[in-house]
Amino acid sequence: MGVRIKEFPNAFLELTSQGKKELLRTMIRIRSFETRVEELFLAKRIPGFVHLYIGEEAIAAGIMANLRKNDWITSTHRGHGHALAKGAQMTRMMAELYGKRSGYCKGKGGSMHIADFSVGMLGANGVVGGGFTIAVGAGMTAWMKKTDQVAICFFGDGASNRGTFHEALNMAAIWKLPVLFINENNLYASTTPASYGVAVSRISDRAAGYGIDGYTVDGNNVVEVYNVSHTLIDRLRSGKGPILLECRTYRVKGHYVGDPEKYRTREEVKNQAEENDPIKRYTSYLLEHSFIQPEEIDLLWKEAKEEVEAAVRYAEEDPYPEPDEAIQDLFSSDQEVLV
Amino acid sequence: MSIISFSEATLQAMIEEMERDSTVFVMGEDIARQGGIFGQFKGLPDRFPGRVLDTPISETAIIGSALGAALTGLRPVADMHFADFISVAYDELVNQIAKNRYMFGGQADIPLVVRAPDGIVPGAAAQHSQSVEGWLMNIPGLILVSPSSPATAKGLLKSAIRSNNPVIFFEHKLLYPQKGEVPDKEYLTPLGKAEVRRAGKDVTIATYSIMVQKALEAAQTLSREGIEVEIIDLLTIKPFDLETIVTSVRKTHRCIVAHEGVVHGGAGAEIAAQIQQEAFFHLDAPILRVGTKNVPIPFSPPLLEYVAPKVADIEKAVKQVLYREEN
Repeated sequence: MGVRIKEFPNAFLELTSQGKKELLRTMIRIRSFETRVEELFLAKRIPGFVHLYIGEEAIAAGIMANLRKNDWITSTHRGHGHALAKGAQMTRMMAELYGKRSGYCKGKGGSMHIADFSVGMLGANGVVGGGFTIAVGAGMTAWMKKTDQVAICFFGDGASNRGTFHEALNMAAIWKLPVLFINENNLYASTTPASYGVAVSRISDRAAGYGIDGYTVDGNNVVEVYNVSHTLIDRLRSGKGPILLECRTYRVKGHYVGDPEKYRTREEVKNQAEENDPIKRYTSYLLEHSFIQPEEIDLLWKEAKEEVEAAVRYAEEDPYPEPDEAIQDLFSSDQEVLV
Repeated sequence: MSIISFSEATLQAMIEEMERDSTVFVMGEDIARQGGIFGQFKGLPDRFPGRVLDTPISETAIIGSALGAALTGLRPVADMHFADFISVAYDELVNQIAKNRYMFGGQADIPLVVRAPDGIVPGAAAQHSQSVEGWLMNIPGLILVSPSSPATAKGLLKSAIRSNNPVIFFEHKLLYPQKGEVPDKEYLTPLGKAEVRRAGKDVTIATYSIMVQKALEAAQTLSREGIEVEIIDLLTIKPFDLETIVTSVRKTHRCIVAHEGVVHGGAGAEIAAQIQQEAFFHLDAPILRVGTKNVPIPFSPPLLEYVAPKVADIEKAVKQVLYREEN
């Protein structure tokens, strides 16, 4: 990918075998969840529309392994993976996808609006590029309260063309805020190729416009994502200011479930899914270096499947909200009387 | 009681609230080095170093980062320079701030205030003169307030900062230098409550911001002609205090709504609709609205004079609902 990857220490090697396994577990949990969500959507169990993170799991897993519970993230419409990796509960997320009462948003948000403030997940966002400035605000809190918390803003190649990108990066840069802007460049903004819609070949080059560092890594290599973000997040904690990290990846599924995908060939998708799958790549790497045993991998898939099925049962059995709950939660209780 | 300006009253509110709560901070363009373009932040940065932040000209990031800060434990006050520029941060206000709490099932409070200097200043023309509450009336999740005097400015700003909900604080630019009595003891002006500024038996005038003064001026002239108007200063535009208005209308049976914003689709449309819904059988005349004509604010003095709502417009509307003047 051309990143000067050698300047980053190989922190991965210092992970315990449990730590190395956790990266894989996170990726497998996300993949299993998303695969099941696709089935449930097609079976009309889940209403609305869903945007799947399949093929991009290494980014959420690699970044979040370097975060603490009280660090913050802002997410996107393709946010299930971010939520799971940050520590959100699968059951409550599934219930939200179903529009059920014990879902994260009590049925008011759905797939595009998962948030779990208790683990620092400040929300997915239905507006592309909506998270930039929110992440800057979280960074301001760390800055003003003088803590070493960091804010991570996930965004896509499409969002890098929003004006919010410009204002947020500039503001974070002038105040040296601890914000890591993670570009998940999955090569398509909805149906528009990044090669057409983005004027630079590397989104990380845009960092120069704000006087901050920008890097591009192979976002389907979880070891690389882990290592680079490990160093970058340490830099944020020491108050050196924001950084832009582009993670090159590939959106294996359509923009949404049901996307006719007329903008790319089946062959391209097939090649990527077979040759560049982040889970396959990491699994091979772990086996090659004997960091894990094949039966442990099987067990991870089995456990994830069980966890997903438990979440489905939970969501299926959970009641819908009462209709008049639709007028609750607009205001904090001190003003509820005014609604 | 002390006599201070509207501008000083807002400054006192800021000082008191920033002293009371260390998580309160303020950011905006030209507020620290300059002290605010209307002097409304003068001296504040020296008193609270690091908590009065000059921002780049980035309204989107100002409002959006205020949300991020509010979600993570601070109580931001974001200054918009001119209310007109809210449009630059419209998505942040409308799709992010207003919806965050509801859309995520009530997980987080949003304790933030947007200060929005609004209203007609002669010569400021189309993009620096608007009253934009109408843009936000249609958005569930925002509280809109607009003081009319130094005392209400101070009390409402303090309440807005203490509220755990997003409050847009519209402050009329021509009010800044005006002086008035402000209580010496600490007080809060409650959100959502109107105040009766003048008692009268003939016509109710529901109004807010600078138009309260114009209504009071009109009241003097009308009184000489034997017409006694009751003036209700809404203070909170959304959610407005319907009960106080309706109580008055049950007595007067006639009502006009006056604001400086454009009449068409303005806040007055909603206020009038709710009054007639609640008090239709008490009304002896249609509710009339007074406001700016349906064009942008023009530059040249005679053009502005023609477009902007005046004391005479209020007098005329009052006489119309009394059937003393043709429509």
